[in-house]
Amino acid sequence: MKKLVLMREMLKNQEGTIKRVSATGEMGRRIREMGLVPNTHIQIQGRAPLKDPVAVKVRDFVLTLRNDEASRIYVEVDPSETAQDQGA
Amino acid sequence: MKRKITIALAGNPNAGKTTAFNAITGARQHIANYPGVTVEKKYGMVHHRDFDIEVVDLPGTYSLTAYSLEEIVARNFIVDERPGLVVDIVDASNLDRNLYLAVQLKELGVPLLLALNMMDVAESRGIAIDVKALSEQFGLPVVPMVARSNRGIKELLDKVVEVAQEDPEWRMAPISYGMDIDRALDEISGIIEKSSVFDPKYPTRWRALKCLEGDSQITGLLKRDPALGKEIEARCETLYRHMMNTVEEEPEGVIADHRYGYITAITKQVVKRKIESRLNVSDKMDKVLTNRALGPALMIAILYGLYAFTFWASEVPISWFETFFDVLKEGVTSILPEGLLRSLIVSGVIDGVGGVLGFVPLIMLMFFCIALMEDSGYMARVAYMLDRVLRWFGLHGNSVMSLVISGGISGGCAVPGVMATRVLKDPKERITTLLVIPFMNCGAKLPVYAMLIAAFFAKDRARMMFLLTLLSWGFALFAAKLIRSTLLRGPKTPFVMELPPYRAPTLKGLLIHTWERTWEYIKKAGTIILAFSVVLWTMMTFPGLSPEKRAAFEQDRREARQAFLASPRVDGVIQGAAQLTALNRMYLTLRQEKDIQTAGAGEGHLARVAEAALHLEETEPGGEVLKPHEAVAIRYLEFRNRMNQIEGQEQQAALKGTIAGRMGQWLEIITSPLGFEYRTNIALVGGFAAKEVVVSTLGTAYSLGASDGEETGSISQRLQQDPDWNPLQAFTLIIFTMLYVPCIATVICIRRESSWRWALFSIGFNLMVAYGVSLVIRQGGMLLGLGD
Repeated sequence: MKKLVLMREMLKNQEGTIKRVSATGEMGRRIREMGLVPNTHIQIQGRAPLKDPVAVKVRDFVLTLRNDEASRIYVEVDPSETAQDQGA
Repeated sequence: MKRKITIALAGNPNAGKTTAFNAITGARQHIANYPGVTVEKKYGMVHHRDFDIEVVDLPGTYSLTAYSLEEIVARNFIVDERPGLVVDIVDASNLDRNLYLAVQLKELGVPLLLALNMMDVAESRGIAIDVKALSEQFGLPVVPMVARSNRGIKELLDKVVEVAQEDPEWRMAPISYGMDIDRALDEISGIIEKSSVFDPKYPTRWRALKCLEGDSQITGLLKRDPALGKEIEARCETLYRHMMNTVEEEPEGVIADHRYGYITAITKQVVKRKIESRLNVSDKMDKVLTNRALGPALMIAILYGLYAFTFWASEVPISWFETFFDVLKEGVTSILPEGLLRSLIVSGVIDGVGGVLGFVPLIMLMFFCIALMEDSGYMARVAYMLDRVLRWFGLHGNSVMSLVISGGISGGCAVPGVMATRVLKDPKERITTLLVIPFMNCGAKLPVYAMLIAAFFAKDRARMMFLLTLLSWGFALFAAKLIRSTLLRGPKTPFVMELPPYRAPTLKGLLIHTWERTWEYIKKAGTIILAFSVVLWTMMTFPGLSPEKRAAFEQDRREARQAFLASPRVDGVIQGAAQLTALNRMYLTLRQEKDIQTAGAGEGHLARVAEAALHLEETEPGGEVLKPHEAVAIRYLEFRNRMNQIEGQEQQAALKGTIAGRMGQWLEIITSPLGFEYRTNIALVGGFAAKEVVVSTLGTAYSLGASDGEETGSISQRLQQDPDWNPLQAFTLIIFTMLYVPCIATVICIRRESSWRWALFSIGFNLMVAYGVSLVIRQGGMLLGLGD
């Protein structure tokens, strides 16, 4: 199994697939109702000027969430993208 | 025969629901509130075929849980009012997430129709949707449309009528959530059906589902039968533990995952993507507009630009309003005889309501700019960029607009600022924002600052204004931090916000938005502010001077008149009171003419005296013709001064005796540590109506009389010469005015957006902060020896 990283730690333009959402209660609901559920493909769009919140492209729209929320989402990063980012 | 049906529009925020509602109902809209809550309920009527269709716009939601007020309101409306049909407005360019709400509506079982909006956007992004297949797979009628350009509206209404004629039943469409949950659902359904609180209003399986999701509203209802509540709770608990042990997820999460699984299974079949477009136009715009370096700079430029535009564009219409109210006042003055009624109408009603209505053009433009930012999608970017800063102070990214509108760049208005807090979902964050909004430098405080700065800080005008802007932000943010760490403690709400794609707003949408909010403001001015203006007028008028005192002032005037008429060189020229009256009239008429050179008072020696007096007053050479009259003219001017002085003393004495005056004197006990004496207190009491009243009331209190000439200038001079006043005193008053109390209009708005309790609290809280800060400034300044 591939290594999972927190969405919070992902770099700009990195892509990946959500594997687990550990948030519960209201935060869990809010994250899930916006479509951040396991097996969903995402791409980091960018970060706000103060590095928080983070903007994520998910399904067909852009969602922003704070680092607190992004720390509850585990993502399997696409290998090709990782290589590209490290190369850059 | 015409039939009537009710349809409800549901849909995600940003799915174009409001545009669709506008397109369907046109201008025939009404706004009310859902009972007991501040959520707006919009409804309208449309006639189609043989049907009268009532359209209710439900609040925009992503889901149908019991977590947010909007969702509960939407859900209750569907369940309680049982609309004939729910039309779910779905953004076709963002299908998956939009269908999440549709799935939940299906779970509820309500007759449902999907309106696929923004088909054009979807097309332009290379997303092709097989509408027929979607309809078959989802088991629902689906109508494609583009609400912005009215495409598909007719077809939508055709379909609505068609479905309505079939009189569809509520039918819950079961979706599988995995074996464990499905089994639990069956069991709990069985338990509920057997129970005494079985209520056919809610579908049973739906209620069972809500129990598993831990929905507080539904479990609350079931707990009315304690035995039943316990039984269900136990079953939910078993499932919860089982799920945590096996898949390490809460049932609520698993249910959501399955809903999305169901959606993805369908959209994979019916949606074809022609091109894999990585970045659409909106994403490209975001690369610049939310860029780490450029983004904040552009944000400041855009906010400032909108602001400058608002002030620039509203200047002329505001002057029309002012002229209108001036003409109205003159009209009333000329019709009514001098006395209480005239004073009530002119000073109480027209000044009070006019002061508020006079701002309508400004407020309207400001609402327009807000609507522009909201409808274009930029507002969400502002919140995104500033969230980190505001979070530290316990606020939310969305709080920033309210603060800016209320005067963040000097000269806004707290009323639209208060209304703009509606975008904040968390009650604690919203109330905190409401409470600190009045600290911003709204437009009505500026005349007060201007007057005091002119008197004591004339050299540092610009620097002072900048300092005051910084101070108001500082006070507002730190007060927010204070409130959030004491009174309204609580966790930060999750920040999960959509950045909707940039869209060119439609003019129709902007105008409807702007007008709705402006109308709300006007209504307030016409009702409650009118009442308060009359109350304040009463306080500043009654009880008037006693007849003895009035007679004493009348006596003073008579003596002054006699002394003037009897003075040397005058006695031969102006004979008797009648000629003096004539001279007064000539002098005043002449003064109203702007250009002395061309204005002639006519023939005769009185006219010459009047003319000479004016030339002297304006210190312009009057020429040879007027020379012989100058001596009399000098006496005449002295006489006029004396009369003004008496008038001023009379007004001052009258004000001191009124309710407000007595309050002012009584308040000295509290305000003397701040260095405020009764005249300042009266002005501050008057400022509760509107802050600019502080300046005019100070004018009256410092007996400027019937204030000739520039009012602000003359009060500035007056205070400058007064031994009690110095820069420290002026600065204390500036800060006190900045903080002390929201104006009536704002208080009313705060009440509307929260409750009377919070509105009253905001008055008390503001007063306390103002007093504390002013006390520190005053006493600290005295210690440093600044008070001399």
